[in-house]
Amino acid sequence: MKITNTVVEKHGLKLEEYSKIKELLGREPNLLELGVFSAMWNEHCSYKSSRIHLKNLPTSGKQVIQGPGENAGVIDIGDDDAIIFKIESHNHPSYIEPYQGAATGVGGILRDVFTMGARPIALLNSIHFGSPDHPKTKSLLNGVVSGIGGYGNCIGIPTVAGEIKFNSSYNENILVNAMAVGHAKKDKIFYSKAKGLNKSVVYVGSKTGRDGIHGASMASAEFDENSEDKKPTVQVGDPFTEKLLMEACLELMKDNSIISIQDMGAAGLTSSSVEMASKGDLGMELNLDKVPCREENMTPYEMMLSESQERMLLILEDEKEKDARKIFEKWDLDFVVIGKTTNTNNLTLKFEGKIAGEIPIDALTTKAPIYDRKWIKKKLPERKTQIKDLKKIKLEDALLKILSSANQSNKSWVTDQFDQMVMTDTVQKSGSDASIIRIHKKKKAIAVSVDSSANYCKAHPLTGGKQIVCENWRNLISVGAKPIAITNCLNFGNPENSKIMGEFAECLLGIKKACEFLDYPVVSGNVSLYNGTNKKNIYPTPVIGGVGLIQNIDNRINQYLKKDGNIILQIGKNFGQLSQSVFLDEIYSIIDGPPPEINLSNEKNNGLSVLKLINDKLVSSVHDVSSGGLLVALAEMTFKSSYGIKIDRPKNLSNLMEHYFSEDQGRYLIEVKPDNLSKINNTLNENNIFNEIVGIVQKDYFEVTGELKIKINELCKANNTWYNNY
Amino acid sequence: MNSSVIVFPGSNCDRDIAVALEKLQFQNKMIWHKDSSLPKSDLIVIPGGFSYGDYLRSGAIAGKSNILNEVVKAANEGCLVLGICNGFQILTETGLLKGVLLRNKNLKFLGKDVNVKTINTENKFCNKYKKNQILKLNIAHNEGNYFTSKEHLKELEDKNLIPFKYCDEEGNINEESNPNGSLNNIAGIFNEKKNILGLMPHPERMVDKVVSNDDGINLFTSLLD
Repeated sequence: MKITNTVVEKHGLKLEEYSKIKELLGREPNLLELGVFSAMWNEHCSYKSSRIHLKNLPTSGKQVIQGPGENAGVIDIGDDDAIIFKIESHNHPSYIEPYQGAATGVGGILRDVFTMGARPIALLNSIHFGSPDHPKTKSLLNGVVSGIGGYGNCIGIPTVAGEIKFNSSYNENILVNAMAVGHAKKDKIFYSKAKGLNKSVVYVGSKTGRDGIHGASMASAEFDENSEDKKPTVQVGDPFTEKLLMEACLELMKDNSIISIQDMGAAGLTSSSVEMASKGDLGMELNLDKVPCREENMTPYEMMLSESQERMLLILEDEKEKDARKIFEKWDLDFVVIGKTTNTNNLTLKFEGKIAGEIPIDALTTKAPIYDRKWIKKKLPERKTQIKDLKKIKLEDALLKILSSANQSNKSWVTDQFDQMVMTDTVQKSGSDASIIRIHKKKKAIAVSVDSSANYCKAHPLTGGKQIVCENWRNLISVGAKPIAITNCLNFGNPENSKIMGEFAECLLGIKKACEFLDYPVVSGNVSLYNGTNKKNIYPTPVIGGVGLIQNIDNRINQYLKKDGNIILQIGKNFGQLSQSVFLDEIYSIIDGPPPEINLSNEKNNGLSVLKLINDKLVSSVHDVSSGGLLVALAEMTFKSSYGIKIDRPKNLSNLMEHYFSEDQGRYLIEVKPDNLSKINNTLNENNIFNEIVGIVQKDYFEVTGELKIKINELCKANNTWYNNY
Repeated sequence: MNSSVIVFPGSNCDRDIAVALEKLQFQNKMIWHKDSSLPKSDLIVIPGGFSYGDYLRSGAIAGKSNILNEVVKAANEGCLVLGICNGFQILTETGLLKGVLLRNKNLKFLGKDVNVKTINTENKFCNKYKKNQILKLNIAHNEGNYFTSKEHLKELEDKNLIPFKYCDEEGNINEESNPNGSLNNIAGIFNEKKNILGLMPHPERMVDKVVSNDDGINLFTSLLD
């Protein structure tokens, strides 16, 4: 086949990129080689638009064992325990084929984690859909939720936390981000760097089919009206085979057979072989006749670009091959030596006795294009809406409307489709500020949470970037965990548009500033650009997945009220900032003005003080104040408890709504026994923490003096209706 | 007491049940599905999961595996057999228990805590429970909707072969408290000799108050007497 401009463009490459390929090779590539280049040079694999911004993130710290660049990040949680985790997007495939797209997203991220030697212990997800009224939303929601459940439930890893949001900016481009968390022994972590010459390169797992060819290139392009035609590029998941592959790998990892291991994710055999060789500064020769194929007459091109799932590439110690083969045969999986490491620094692809393609490894990796794309700053938007000009609404009506809205309502319709308890270490399930997973047979636990705030990021990317890191940090604190590190999934629109590139650059700057200040490094992540259809971009949606440590599981805490007569204190100051709030959006459909300001110093001070109070066992429950504001947060504390709250209405309020629905940051609510109040005040005063009493726990009723009085089961009912009526 | 847990490819509650059994002082062994013999056991457990991916009917392939012949033999000789979730589905596939487990009535996977009432406690598995006790147990299944013939259902009721039924917090057994559409709110059944128990809820998930509650403990400790 002659490589014409059309062929080049079909591979998602620009013509100037093709010229660079020719220059690097010193000749024209053949079709196989062009395919390999397109797989390695696309945005998804090469990070060509994002790399120069990503390198500014803080990625090291006392507890970081491995930062970004490997299959997943690794942190030290004391003793001989390590936690390995990462988040990844599967947005484009999930829009085209929601069940399989979401399912394989879960499968892919699990492989990233067990490839490194960890047994996965938790799955999380962050999913964003278009407006509930959009004709596609309902079926996408159904498909994605059952796909996430279908994979996690079958493989037997609990899906413990997540977030589901609706916003019309995702109408034509939903977001499906999946995060996996695993546990390993510190001295048993496996990396992808190849070592040694003439070592066997072994293919294990499922056979290779024609599914997913060019998946990574698809994920690096905007959608148009023909996107449905891309269905054949979506992979099909097989959680059963992945379970076998996981058990076989973990069994093999008990001794020292493995030199290097890499899962075949995006861009399949191409990226895994190139990655291993590149890190080891070696070459690799693959004999493609040996690749186990599911379909007949597969060409080298198809084999190299297939994204069939549940496959791994291993480099083994010479004498260990026999024992390793036995393990994979026990689990009825393919185990085939398909190549060897070489000293040529080339990727050499042989087929039917001939060299079908040969490319210098560095041409695919370090010499791949990197772009410093043009980007523009976004000014802090001005506040246009004045609350006094809006039509008045009763406090009770506003509260009930917010609690029963799509974005604020109870998500058990979704989470009931997930097995949250398998492995029997899920101490706190989803629905709380963060979920808690005990380290098997130990006294310690980790807390996990995923968060995003696309509205804030859209309004002002720099502030939004800071805010999501802070909110995630706050969520972990709220269950009694010390936050350790994060992974991020950066979902943005088209980077070739300087406004969108500005959103990316500034969100990242915000994330960097908050992470540095809070000592909360980024250890892994994923970038998903070109989220949009026909030039309509999604809201900038960086998603943060955080992991924290609870040293003693008995010190955990939740948000549910414990006893009448207890006092509720608000930590942190309420400035009455309503712009970009859920209140204005849900009640008046107004989205304008700046997001709430972030004061990192207060954030850290407030958070660490709350954590100290929790560890000193001085508080009975803790909840952070986030979207929806104070009154919504108070209402959420009554769910799953038999208590309500009597809330004092402050006398000199300039505006009731600003007081109860503002989304000022850095705030927590703590429930305290009256006896502990003076001790708590001492700690808070010592640290100059602003705090005030907002109410007293009482039986049965949620009440704001002189304004509203609702039975708590009515409140709960309002919160539970949306999904059932959808 | 000696217990054996059968592990199929795709079993995923095998570790959980082993942890529970060991915690409650059973001497437990894990038995791989390709093994052709069973060690001497007082209790055989078929754990939950997705044996062989459940790509065919749930439990269908596991029901035809080698090791199951040994389980059937042992069961017929009176050995105690407990099938949980996928294990229950496998037991119905082997014929050790009658009836079938259909898709849940809402056609969705259900993973949640439900209330279950103890109906019959006069048997080896349940003697530590009080009659009509309301337990909170976790369910996690796609196919838990128990169905059987009218005659068999009558036999199950008449001969008191239903140890557990789904109920609400007050113990009412009705359509609202039935999570999956199971006939007569059945959560578990015995064979006629009551040495084989199949149930959809997971008692092994309820043996540790840090994680959940201890409502599942008595099912295991009843056997120790």
